[in-house]
Amino acid sequence: MVAQILFLVITLAAIALFTFNFRKIIRNIRLGKSADRSDQPQKRLMTMLRVAFGQSKMVVRPIPAFLHFFVYIGFIIINIEVLEIMIDGLFGTHRIFNGLGGLYNFLIGSFEILALTVWVSCVIFLIRRNVLKLKRFKGVEMTNWPKSDANYILIVEILLMSAFLLMNAADAKLQILGANHYTVAGSFPVSKYLMNLLPSSEGALVMIERGCWWFHIIGILAFLNYLPYSKHFHILFAFPNTYFSNLEPKGEFTNMASVTNEVKAMLDPSFVPAETEAGKFGAKDATDLTWVNIMNAYTCTECGRCTSVCPANITGKLLSPRKIMMDTRDRIEEIGKNMDKNGPEHQDGKALLDDYITREEIWACTSCNACVEACPVNIDPLQIITELRRYAVMEESQAPASINAMLGNIENNQAPWKYSPADRFNWANE
Amino acid sequence: MEFKVPTMAELMAAGEEPEILFWVGCAGSYDERAQKITRDICKILHHVGIKYAVLGTEEGCTGDPAKRAGNEFLFQMQAMTNIEVLNAYNIKKIVTGCPHCFNTIKNEYPGLGGTYEVIHHTQLIQDLINEGKLKAEGGESFKGKKITYHDPCYLGRGNGIYEAPRKALEVLDAQLVEMKRCKSNGLCCGAGGAQMFKEPEKGKKDINVERIDEALETNPQFIAAGCPFCMTMLSDGVKLKDKEQEVKVLDIAEITVRANGL
Repeated sequence: MVAQILFLVITLAAIALFTFNFRKIIRNIRLGKSADRSDQPQKRLMTMLRVAFGQSKMVVRPIPAFLHFFVYIGFIIINIEVLEIMIDGLFGTHRIFNGLGGLYNFLIGSFEILALTVWVSCVIFLIRRNVLKLKRFKGVEMTNWPKSDANYILIVEILLMSAFLLMNAADAKLQILGANHYTVAGSFPVSKYLMNLLPSSEGALVMIERGCWWFHIIGILAFLNYLPYSKHFHILFAFPNTYFSNLEPKGEFTNMASVTNEVKAMLDPSFVPAETEAGKFGAKDATDLTWVNIMNAYTCTECGRCTSVCPANITGKLLSPRKIMMDTRDRIEEIGKNMDKNGPEHQDGKALLDDYITREEIWACTSCNACVEACPVNIDPLQIITELRRYAVMEESQAPASINAMLGNIENNQAPWKYSPADRFNWANE
Repeated sequence: MEFKVPTMAELMAAGEEPEILFWVGCAGSYDERAQKITRDICKILHHVGIKYAVLGTEEGCTGDPAKRAGNEFLFQMQAMTNIEVLNAYNIKKIVTGCPHCFNTIKNEYPGLGGTYEVIHHTQLIQDLINEGKLKAEGGESFKGKKITYHDPCYLGRGNGIYEAPRKALEVLDAQLVEMKRCKSNGLCCGAGGAQMFKEPEKGKKDINVERIDEALETNPQFIAAGCPFCMTMLSDGVKLKDKEQEVKVLDIAEITVRANGL
C-alpha cells in the first residue's frame, strides 16, 4: 500500500512538473508573431504522417535511419508497456494485461526484442559520437552542453532498456520459482538469456525485480522532465512541427503585407492603406520571429544534417544552420527566464542578432534551401536568416557595401548592375 | 540575329497577342555570356514557330536579388511595376530564361496581383520535345558525349523541377552522368541569395570551386546549366581549374540549339 501511494505521488509530481515546464515552452512559442498555418489541414496531416510518423526524410542516410527507426519504434511501442507498469504501480497488480493471453506473450516478446534493438542502436550511436567522432556532430555550436546532452540521452535510454530487460529476467525467474504474486505471464525471448546471471534466492530476485521496476518507471518520469531542457524534445515536437510546416514551394519567400501597404501608397498617392499595426520590419530578436520559427527551434535535435549540406559551412564560412536554430532556442529561453524573473516588460538589452547570430553568418547564406530540404522534421533555418536580413536592410540599412550598390542599381536602373535601362534590349541587335 | 525578336509593344500595336511571353531577365539582357543563351532561347521559339514576344526595354528586374537580400520594399516596388506592365498586356503565359525570375514571378507575384502560368525554358524545351516539335538532329552530335547537369537551387529544391532539364538532355543520346550531390541534394553554385553581387565571407574555399571539383570528378565533356548565375559561377570555376579546353559549360538552351543546328 505504501508503495502504491509513493508511486502515485511520484507520478503526479512528475506530470505536474512536466506540465509546468511544458506550458512555459508553449508560452515562449507564443511570444512569436502570428503566422497562419491553419490552411489545408488534410495536406498538413499527410505531411505529418509521412515525415514524422513515416520518417520519410531520414532514409537519405540509411545507416542512422535504420538505427533511429529501431529507437523510434521502441519508443512508441514500449509505451504500451509503460501503461501496464503504471496500472500495476497504482493498483499493486502484477502484469495486469496478462488476460490478453497469447497476445500478451506476443507483446512482451516484441517489447523485449525492441528493447534489445534500442539498446544496440544507442550503443552504436554513442560510438558514432564519441569514438568515430563523425564530422556532423562537430562544429562551433557543438559546445560541451549539446555534446553532453546527446550522450545523457543515449546513456539514459541504454540504462532504461537494461532495467527493463533485467526486470523481466528477474520476473521470469520468480515465475519459474512459483513465487507468491509473480503469476506466470509473458514470454521472454531476450531476458531469458540474462536469467543465469541472476542469483537464485527469491528475496534477492524480488529486490532486483522491484529495483529495476522502480528504476525503469522513475527513469521514464525523470526523462520526461528532462525533455524540456534537452534537444530530445523533438520526440514530441516533431509531430506538430511537421504538421505546421511550410507547404508552399521552398523557393517562395513570404510577401510582407506591411510593406505592400506602403508600396501601394507610394505608387498610387490616392491609395488609402488599411489600418495595420506599426511594427518593425524583419527580426532583430527572437520575439520578432513567428511562432513557427520558435517552434522549429524547440524541435531541433541538433543532428546537423542541415549544416553538413550547407554550401557556406562546407566551404569554411561561419554560417551553420544548426547554430541558427540553437541560438534561436537559447535566446527565446533567455527571454522567457527574464520574463519569469523580472516581469513581462523586462528588457535585457540583448538581441538574437549580434548577441547570438552575427552579421557574418546571415550574409554568408546563399538561400539555396539545402538545410530546409535536409531537415528530417521540416525545420526552416532560411526563414530566420531572411528575417534577420530584412531587419538589417530595412530597419538599419546595414548591408554589405556591394549589396547596397546592387540594391541602388535595381532602384535606379531596373537591374542589379549599373547598365542603362535603355540598353536592355541591345542583346537582340547582335 | 537572323530574325527580328518581336516586342509586346509591337504586337499590341498590330492588335495581336502572343502565345507566350519570354521573360529575359537582367542577366539575360546585359551579361554577355547570358545574352548568348537569350538569343538561343529566341532561336528555339522562332524555329518551332510559337508566337512569342519579349518586353524589351519595358522589362525590369523581378526584384529577386532585393528580396533575398532582405529589401522587401524594393522587391515589391519592382514586382508591382512589372505586374502592371504584364497585366496591361494581358499576359497569360510566361517562359523565363532564369530560375530566379521563374521562382519570383511564379510564386511571389500572385500575392501581389500578378497570376500567370510560368515555366522555365528547360520545361519549354521538354514540352517541345514531347510534342515532337524539337528533336536532336541537323546539328552537332552529342551522341555518347559525357554531360553532367548542375541543378539550379531555385529550379530544383526551390520548385521541385529535376526531370525537365534531364529530359531535354536525354534526347541527345549522350552519356548523362550525375554528380555525387545532385537533384534535391544538389550543391549550390554559390551565387544565390544575392551572393552573386558580393564577395563571399571568409572561409577556406569558394563554393563554386567546391562545385566544380565535384563536377570534374565525373570527367565530363560538358557541364549543363539552366541558370545564368550558375553559368557565371561554373564557368569561373572551370577557368580557375584551367579546364576550359576540355570542359565546356553550356546552358541547356545552347545545347538544344547546337544539336538542332539552329
